[in-house]
Amino acid sequence: MTSKLFGVLVIRADLVEQMVAHARRDHPREACGQLLGPEESDRPERYVPMTNADDSDAQGSDYRFDSKEQLRVHREAMERDEEPVVVFHSHTRVPRRPLTDTGLPEAYPSVKDIEYMGLQPGVHFAIVALTGPDAEPDLRSFLLDDAGEVVEDEIQVVENYMFSHTGAGDVPDRD
Amino acid sequence: MSATVSIPTILRTHTGGEKQVKADGSTLQEVITDLEANHPGIKDRLVTDGALHRFVNVYVNDEDVRFAGGLDAQVPDGGTVTILPAVAGGR
Repeated sequence: MTSKLFGVLVIRADLVEQMVAHARRDHPREACGQLLGPEESDRPERYVPMTNADDSDAQGSDYRFDSKEQLRVHREAMERDEEPVVVFHSHTRVPRRPLTDTGLPEAYPSVKDIEYMGLQPGVHFAIVALTGPDAEPDLRSFLLDDAGEVVEDEIQVVENYMFSHTGAGDVPDRD
Repeated sequence: MSATVSIPTILRTHTGGEKQVKADGSTLQEVITDLEANHPGIKDRLVTDGALHRFVNVYVNDEDVRFAGGLDAQVPDGGTVTILPAVAGGR
């Protein structure tokens, strides 16, 4: 049941809630995590919060997966025939190179984000921008096309994947 | 001295799509040299200016080699070398 549509992220509402809750919990530090799903499915099934091991900035305004934790999660994923479908992190501060003059965090990849996105072609990079721990979250998702250009995903939040039509030949499971 | 090397998606173009390959060597440096002999181009994706590239995490068994000798890390016979993309970013 492979149905990949480039530039579309279909995601369960409970997974969105888990990402946003993590972003709120860690605010004002950037939170990070990954959504794993069956290989080649483009379907995120579970959220794995990751430890932000970045120490380049005392305020936590960058992020880096803890490398040992990443290895452990990778091995577990391999055993379960899963792969990262979405890499998530939050933005809690004004970007170093803002795209707007609002003075607010932006749910848009930074130059550094884009550099690292290039290492995982086909993986969605979801960003939650939060102006405060209780603020309304701005969730957007991006990936790079073959030319390395940033493409914004259309996000479709669904209650479950059974009845979400993500492409031709996508047939609901039946008991 | 042979190790199993786990290859991340982005480098599988160098291994004909294989997720795991064998390579010989008793240090990470030697393993990478042997990888390059069989999968040309892969070394440049891992090493820059004589050190591991900041965009990759390399592990020998359970150890991140950044904290275990870098390219001089010992690779035991039958050991596992895992390569993963570094995941990072910032505002």
